[in-house]
Amino acid sequence: MFDYDKWQEIFETIRKHKLRTFLTALGVWWGIFMLVILMGAGSGLENGVVSQFGSHARNSMYVWTQRTTKPYAGLPAGRYTQLRDDDIQAIEDRFGNMVEYISPRLFVPSGEISYGLNKGAFSVRGETPDLRFIEAIVIVEGRFVNEIDMAQKRKSICIGRRVRDVLFEEEDPLGKYIRINGAEYQVVGVFRTDQSDEEDVKESEETIFMPLTTAQQVTNRPGEVAWFVCTVNPKYRVAELEEGIKDVIRERHKIHPEDPQGVRSNNVEEEFRQIMGLFTGIRILVWIVGIGSLLAGIIGVGNVMLIIVKERTKEIGIRKALGATPTSIISMILMESVFLTFIAGYLGLLASTGMIALLKAFIGDGGAFFSNPQVNLGAALGAMFILVLAGALTGLVPAIQAANIEPVQALKDE
Amino acid sequence: MIKLENIRKSYTTGFNTLEVLKGIDLEILEGEFVSIMGSSGSGKSTLLNILGILDAYDQGNYYLGDILVKNLSQTQAARLRNQHLGFVFQSFNLLAFKSAWENVALPLYYQKIPRAERRERALKYLDRVGLLDWADHLPTQLSGGQQQRVAIARSLITQPRMILADEPTGALDSVTSHEIIKLFKEVNEEGITVVLVTHEHDIAEMTNRTIFLKDGLIDLE
Ligand SMILES: Nc1ncnc2c1ncn2[C@@H]1O[C@H](COP(=O)(O)OP(=O)(O)OP(=O)(O)O)[C@@H](O)[C@H]1O
Ligand SMILES: [Mg+2]
Repeated sequence: MFDYDKWQEIFETIRKHKLRTFLTALGVWWGIFMLVILMGAGSGLENGVVSQFGSHARNSMYVWTQRTTKPYAGLPAGRYTQLRDDDIQAIEDRFGNMVEYISPRLFVPSGEISYGLNKGAFSVRGETPDLRFIEAIVIVEGRFVNEIDMAQKRKSICIGRRVRDVLFEEEDPLGKYIRINGAEYQVVGVFRTDQSDEEDVKESEETIFMPLTTAQQVTNRPGEVAWFVCTVNPKYRVAELEEGIKDVIRERHKIHPEDPQGVRSNNVEEEFRQIMGLFTGIRILVWIVGIGSLLAGIIGVGNVMLIIVKERTKEIGIRKALGATPTSIISMILMESVFLTFIAGYLGLLASTGMIALLKAFIGDGGAFFSNPQVNLGAALGAMFILVLAGALTGLVPAIQAANIEPVQALKDE
Repeated sequence: MIKLENIRKSYTTGFNTLEVLKGIDLEILEGEFVSIMGSSGSGKSTLLNILGILDAYDQGNYYLGDILVKNLSQTQAARLRNQHLGFVFQSFNLLAFKSAWENVALPLYYQKIPRAERRERALKYLDRVGLLDWADHLPTQLSGGQQQRVAIARSLITQPRMILADEPTGALDSVTSHEIIKLFKEVNEEGITVVLVTHEHDIAEMTNRTIFLKDGLIDLE
């Protein structure tokens, strides 16, 4: 199979025709290079934005109430309503297992928080155990707030990693007591969060969680809830339940069903869906531009091959006079073009993946809107294959013609 | 060696058909040294190309040895040229990007002879035409006479039965021309048939036999 002599002949020809080699190679190189860079940029953008969502449940929504803007049932506009535990219970009763997890929340205003001589300011929230399944919370030590803590309104807290670092430094925090608003709370766990943005991570790891019931007690807001977050059963879309859930609250608090302000929600799933839709658009654009540059590459290679074969008609005539068969002529031209386009494509692949690796090294995984650019190797190889094939095919037609005309005709060619 | 029977050949350009060869009967024996003369456009090159299987003819029969050269495939024609014929052209027709020895060795490439042996044999033939020291030069670095010697070495390397030369001295001065013809004479003396086309009488006189073409027919010998 490997005909050393033939390859030697091909290398010689390539080595001695640097310009035309360069021209052929450039088209292929550029086509591959552009395609891969585009794909990398597209995926980098996508990964960047997707990781913004972290491991937050994507089928979730946040719900809260605001001042009403419409009078209803004899009540005036401009009322404040307060979400309560029984609202949550009512939603659970109404929707059953259509709602997967539901986690009401209450903020605990706090001043300086201290452990021994170490002090810091952190956000303190009352949460239910289900929160863990909704937000990107990973327990690194101990445990999260549990049902027993809830039932007994225990002063148990789960602290973020940064809280631990500030208050405990190297010390083991589990079982220790820290002081919040003058009261002692026992640390039962440490958590971290999975998010792409370092600022987000910092913020969420500077949080302290306590049982919702405890929070309600210490803030003297029994039964009250600031807002809640819930996820829906994967069989449903959030949008399908969104209004129904809000209607329950509207009914219970006598808010006008058409009031745009009374009950508000933030549908994470829909947001995610929209962004993913945007990326479908970007991906299509990448493919169109990519295929465009591929096409330009193909046309370029085809043109150069045509010129090359034309330019070589005389050479072909000489070779034929000396005993070259049409097959040997065609295979010579084909092998040359395939070899050239392949090497050029390979170099384009190397250059572009190198460039992307460089980009990755500079931007890294931490970039807010651009992270971990990737190349779909299959697509890149496919593109290369198409280019090699195009070079071969466009060279083939004139090669066959040149190889089959009478040698005199070819020799006459000036 | 060669036998032509009523060979006809015409070219059609547009609506005009030009009959170039109108029935050539010719026999050339093994080891002959033949020149073909005739006015410009009389069909000398056409005849030589047919002899060299570089071009097809319309009618008649051409026997090369005992092979009837007719309706051959390109591949068969290539084999015959490679094994039995050597060519020398007016414009040398060397490959510009190959060195002298590589040009000489090219016919052997199509016989699948290994490179080392090709080189060895090419050097032998370059030595023979007095250009051993120029083996690694490119054609552009050689004079016209030297290029033609390289071409002759190339035509000899496969040890063909017949050398066909179309105005091999057409682009050379008279001194160089005579050296080239002397070379052909030596080749012929080894028993290889040589057929050359020429315009010059003194060159034709150095051959053993001269064929005159006129209006597509052999005029006289
Ligand atoms: N491919 C072709 N198509 C059309 N006409 C052709 C072709 N080749 C040759 N002719 C014509 O055939 C005639 C003979 O051409 P040929 O080359 O055999 O002449 P020649 O005797 O070699 O002439 P010269 O001495 O000028 O080389 C010429 O009139 C030429 O114009
Ligand atoms: Mg002529």
